[in-house]
Amino acid sequence: MYGNAYIDPNEVNKTHSVLADEDPKLLAEFEARIERGEKIEPKDWMPKEYRKQLIRMIEQHGHSEIIGALPEGTWITRAPGFKRKLALMAKVQDEVGHAQLLYSAAETLGKSREAMINDLITGKSKYSNVFNYPAFTWADACIIAWLIDAGAIINQVANAKGSYGPYCRALDRICTEESFHLKYGHDNVVTLATGTPVQRKMVQEALNRWWPPIMHFFGPSDKISSHTEILMKWKVKMATNDDMRQQFLNMYVPKIWDLGLTVPDANLKKNETTGKWEYTEPDWDEFKRVINGGGPCNAERLAVRRNAEERGRWVREALKAGQTAYVVPFA
Amino acid sequence: MIESLDPRVNRAAIELDNHIEPLSPLDQWETYEVFHQKKRGDQHMHVGIVHAANPEMALVFAKEQFGRRGLSANIWVVNTKHVFASTYEDADIFETTSEKIYREAGGYKVMDKINQYKKSQKA
Repeated sequence: MYGNAYIDPNEVNKTHSVLADEDPKLLAEFEARIERGEKIEPKDWMPKEYRKQLIRMIEQHGHSEIIGALPEGTWITRAPGFKRKLALMAKVQDEVGHAQLLYSAAETLGKSREAMINDLITGKSKYSNVFNYPAFTWADACIIAWLIDAGAIINQVANAKGSYGPYCRALDRICTEESFHLKYGHDNVVTLATGTPVQRKMVQEALNRWWPPIMHFFGPSDKISSHTEILMKWKVKMATNDDMRQQFLNMYVPKIWDLGLTVPDANLKKNETTGKWEYTEPDWDEFKRVINGGGPCNAERLAVRRNAEERGRWVREALKAGQTAYVVPFA
Repeated sequence: MIESLDPRVNRAAIELDNHIEPLSPLDQWETYEVFHQKKRGDQHMHVGIVHAANPEMALVFAKEQFGRRGLSANIWVVNTKHVFASTYEDADIFETTSEKIYREAGGYKVMDKINQYKKSQKA
């Protein structure tokens, strides 16, 4: 589950100066390969900026899968019924498995798994902002499984057509599994929305809570996030934040309305002339505040992660063979 | 102590400022390349890697990561350091392969000659 790569707004577009010390011939060959639709593989020459941005993005994606398992896992012990408990455990296991696939892809670019985990637990690396919000009720977990996963699929299907081979291969596998998550989430939301008045109220309140994070999910508006040109050219980023948000609204708002649920944004409507959705501009100050540690669950998420790492440490030590040496994976 | 909505977190009694020593290199062990066979008779296909302390553990993780849906018949794991690979830089060694049509069935077209021969025999 993942939205869009978060790029620190303070990191201004330094791309031109970054490219200045790249070999122009190698750079031209690299860009021509991408232009032809060929994939870049780990041992290929690549610009430093390409490597850096991909590591940042894939690593953030991996962290999001791990941390995303926490709000959903909140409801495993109290899932309504054994079948839903089994399904939720399977989904959470998938998310953790996705993190393994993504970390592996990032490792091929030269950052070790230990370094990524260290950057996560010290708060240096980011993860998808939505997971800094709590899942108050079972209905919150259902809304996450349906709509957050829906958003993630839009992002991941686009990125699966990107230029970096290992990331694309990981995403192909991930997208297959996410389609189960989406159906599972939809099934749960439909059950609540077609149920008793209490169930309907519960799912509507969860939707109201999750709508602002969902609108934040794809990242800041293109108007204030301008440094994506080179990343789109290199097929690191495959669609702009606003384009993905539009695609999400187009696919899912009608499905929400179908259930007689309301979206808590009085300005939300499709402009039939432009074909675009109009909505209240999300609160990007809130987004920045939460991503920089000020959300309701940031501290808990990282403390839980550190706790898991620390309590597993003796097991990992005990399992270590006498002779080990790290080799960067091939693909 | 964290007061969480998650009963599992509350049971674990976690301090919010539980600073820990960073993981040292090899904390997550080595990597194993995983080859998965869907059903008997198929080729094993490379599907990804797992981190593990030894081959037995790599097999367990590989089953969990790559064999939890659909068909599976067999899995191989190979320590990454034991893979010896060609480089993409040397991909030009394959460049002329497609020109060598004398290695392929399609490189031999005999019907024209046979038809011409038959015609000449009738004449």
